[in-house]
Amino acid sequence: MASSTMSSRVSAPTAPGANRGWSRILGGRTAMLFLLLMLALILAALAELIFGAVNLSLGEIYRALMGEGDALSSAIVTEIRAPRLFLGMAVGLGLAMSGCSLQGVLRNPLADPGLIGVTGGAAVGAVATIVLGDAIITDLPMAVRPFLLPVAAFTGAAFVTTVVFGVSRRAGTTSIATLILAGVAINAIAGAFIGAMVYISDDRQLRDLTFWTMGSLGASNWTLVLISAGIVLAAVAGIARMGRALDLFQLGERAAYHAGLDVEATKRNVAILSAIAVGAATAAAGPIGFIGLVAPHMARLIVGPEHRLVLPASALIGTTLLLFSDLLVRTAVPPAEPPIGLATSLIGGPFFLWLLLARMRTRGGGVNGGGFNA
Amino acid sequence: MKLFMPTIAGLLFAGGAAFSNGVAADEAAPQRIVSAGGDLTEIVYALGAQDRLVGVDSTSVYPAEATGKAQIGYVRRISPEGILSLEPDLVLGAYDMGPPAALDQLRAAGVAVALAPDQETVDGVPAKIRFVGQAIGLPKQADALAAEVRSAMVAEIEKAQAWTGERPKVLFVLTMGESGLTVGGTGSSAESIIEMAGGINAAKSIEGYKPMTREAVLAAQPDVVLMMQRGADQHGGTDKVLERPEFALTPAGKNKRAIIMDGMLLLGFGPRTPQAIAELGEALRKNGQ
Repeated sequence: MASSTMSSRVSAPTAPGANRGWSRILGGRTAMLFLLLMLALILAALAELIFGAVNLSLGEIYRALMGEGDALSSAIVTEIRAPRLFLGMAVGLGLAMSGCSLQGVLRNPLADPGLIGVTGGAAVGAVATIVLGDAIITDLPMAVRPFLLPVAAFTGAAFVTTVVFGVSRRAGTTSIATLILAGVAINAIAGAFIGAMVYISDDRQLRDLTFWTMGSLGASNWTLVLISAGIVLAAVAGIARMGRALDLFQLGERAAYHAGLDVEATKRNVAILSAIAVGAATAAAGPIGFIGLVAPHMARLIVGPEHRLVLPASALIGTTLLLFSDLLVRTAVPPAEPPIGLATSLIGGPFFLWLLLARMRTRGGGVNGGGFNA
Repeated sequence: MKLFMPTIAGLLFAGGAAFSNGVAADEAAPQRIVSAGGDLTEIVYALGAQDRLVGVDSTSVYPAEATGKAQIGYVRRISPEGILSLEPDLVLGAYDMGPPAALDQLRAAGVAVALAPDQETVDGVPAKIRFVGQAIGLPKQADALAAEVRSAMVAEIEKAQAWTGERPKVLFVLTMGESGLTVGGTGSSAESIIEMAGGINAAKSIEGYKPMTREAVLAAQPDVVLMMQRGADQHGGTDKVLERPEFALTPAGKNKRAIIMDGMLLLGFGPRTPQAIAELGEALRKNGQ
């Protein structure tokens, strides 16, 4: 990592410490773009409420939302679609914002929450609950049981992130290179643990854990949705204020330090907040791939490299992508419903491939260009 | 499994109360039924109520017409709204239907959800048939079918037990990969049917459906390899399967003893179980000569 050189190319035009106001940044074109992104999100949110396997008229949906609908439409709107909508927004927001901040702080276009082991840790917690949880779950009161898996997943994510950062922190500084390598190692260990769980699982547990790893917004109940959405929002609120810090990071750590940024605090905060946001999202909906990776890239293509713009744009794009993916799986082959991981990867995979190819063409090979200098 | 038992008990009570009303007056019997379980679908067909069936899960492959019904997907990952779009008044589910939140959402929408008991015994299959009959408002027909299936099962089991030849060690192979096999061990449904048909489970050292290494297969020395039709086809037919190194040196491989049966017939534990015991028992006795 050429993190210590001032010569790192930066495509962001912002000079360190430049303090341009929102009014200037949000010029006509950018304001228009954000308006469009918001419109897309509103459309996606409405579509999530309006469309589904059951055909409901707008009137029925309105009455259900007002609490005047019949049992069927009320149950569909308030117990099935609305919690999905909220959970989908929270998950999309959490994944996109943490992906964006991680890519920024690691200065690595391939960074996503999976890279530093958050998703792997959550998977270990969830899979252990699916396979080993039968033994302890009978001792728990009924009301607590649905939360065993989310809590285990969240704990796993938090624990693994702590280990990864603990390993890469020496003498008060966190080495980005070590961080990524430690993430790789931890992911390998998590993979081995999951493999062991797969080995001792029975047929049914195996299917359960396979489906869990493909993600779903389906099992949403309101309590779970509100808790995880609350956690995600709190973490994301912290990330949202780090736009300037992330811009400075693009100059390299030393330059950022000399520009007055507390580099260590930034790294630590991004890691903690991302782990919390992704841990909560994964705990409630399983590991949903590609949103965290792709939403920030799309945002950069649309609004340019400044993180003050990229962060909110990623948030809008991530939520929109996730809601449309959910709409796709809910309406593709009714009455069945494929896992949402299929849809996000189906949309995200080709896009990412296109992004790589486009970069290679415009920059004559290599994918280290763009706003990143890894 | 423990996880679901209290839920099931609760459901059976709730369901039982609801059904007793439905059974009393026939016009109140459910008219749009979704079945999430291949065995339950078979029972609905056997009771002649297939016209009221509006949706089935991915394990409902017999009779073949059932696959023409709307497909709700995998029984552990149902979509509540998908099922509601079929406008059912009853959802019949295998005991492990889920996720639990989806079942709650179905009930919140006013749909009766009834989960079947899970038993793979001589009494369990008739109990399942009576359960379905109660749920869909055909208790008399179900009693008759249950009695018929029970006596047929008993007869086939007695026939199998009366056989005086040496009991063959049967290895049920669920799936085959490059590194090993997944076999039916102690407590698996495959073991139940093997024992009913007069065989001995060759994979007693394993619990449930689990992988078994090639060496463990050699050590188990099965006399017969039992496979599902699809599994055998995937690997190039029985001869190719028996030529695999783990089988070639066992009695099954040396004597070319493999039995291929339809998976749902063999492991469904529905109305066709007497037929499954008869077919498997016959094949075991023939192989044993």
